[in-house]
Amino acid sequence: MKMSADASMRAFAATMPVPEFESPAFTPLGKPLSQARVAIVTSAALHRSDQERFSQDDTGFRALDRNDRQLVMGHWSPNFDHTGFQIDLNVVYPIDRLEELAAEGVIGDVAQRHFAFAGNQPDTVSEIRLDTGPACAAELIADAVDVVLLTPV
Amino acid sequence: MCTLAHVFEAAGLSTVVFASMIEVAEKMSPPRALYCEFPLGRPLGKPSDPAFQRDVLGHGLALFEATEPVLATYPEVVESDETPMVCAMPPRYDPDTAPAVDEAQGLRAAYDRALASRGVTAVGRAIDAGTVPAALEVLHQWANGASWKEVQLPGKNTVAVCHDIRSYYEEAGTELVTGPSPGGRAAEAWFFETTEAGKTMLAARAALKEQEAPFPFWFYMAPAHR
Repeated sequence: MKMSADASMRAFAATMPVPEFESPAFTPLGKPLSQARVAIVTSAALHRSDQERFSQDDTGFRALDRNDRQLVMGHWSPNFDHTGFQIDLNVVYPIDRLEELAAEGVIGDVAQRHFAFAGNQPDTVSEIRLDTGPACAAELIADAVDVVLLTPV
Repeated sequence: MCTLAHVFEAAGLSTVVFASMIEVAEKMSPPRALYCEFPLGRPLGKPSDPAFQRDVLGHGLALFEATEPVLATYPEVVESDETPMVCAMPPRYDPDTAPAVDEAQGLRAAYDRALASRGVTAVGRAIDAGTVPAALEVLHQWANGASWKEVQLPGKNTVAVCHDIRSYYEEAGTELVTGPSPGGRAAEAWFFETTEAGKTMLAARAALKEQEAPFPFWFYMAPAHR
């Protein structure tokens, strides 16, 4: 039986080198979820149409406001589905679900800003690791975010 | 995403990755990951299904109870659908133009409806919607033997232009679906297997390879498996 396109992409990804993290950090959530401020960070290269588009080798990120819904998926890989996002952005960027969870008290609060990177990155991901990743973390901490949900594309 | 998880945790944030590739998550050991075997490009699994999305989020948020690194698997698998979505397509209008050019012109009204309803479009990396037919005309010429060095593509960047053409079609196509809401890859299958534009794009890509154009120039015009 022919392997599905998703299965072959997964099999290919499994062969790719990945960066190694010695003594990785583990930050326990120091408060109940019902008091935590939550942000989404996605690698779907989302941006508003008034923001700079993601270039083919973009290692930067874009800030998305909590109220933004008219977003473009600027990812450069042709290898995955885009129509799910067209139909419902929550399948990539579950912002409406977060608002519901906050309204119900499951989480404390939705962050005012969320962030998007591009998932197509050089194998070493050294820029994200050493430069733009820490810069984004600083923005999240400045917004008093406790929890980050990472959604990959 | 796993890299960002490590970077964020080191900065004092608590994270959970909704991982789409289990082998990568296993090798990179992010602090908390929920492996979700869903169509690639749909990390929450199902569009327009808030209950399902909530359940996925709930499984992810539950990992904050763990006191050490954890990699869990979401219990339900969602498969991509590689059967082409079914769309009502415009009839051939101008027999003197290349089929893909004619088809793209015929889809303009559906594209405009999609833009009006969503308020935003992914078209515009290299060309706007009005230039899609002209770009397809060049791909048609490449596919039929014209030299990529001599016949210039509007927008120049082949990968960006192909993204724009595919976005134009997929946005128009989702307005024209007559069957069920397309699963992951149903729109891709529709585009590359049933539309004139998709077939022209694949033929142009094969022609560029044949003409020994640089690899990144043609390879990323279409998904790797095509």
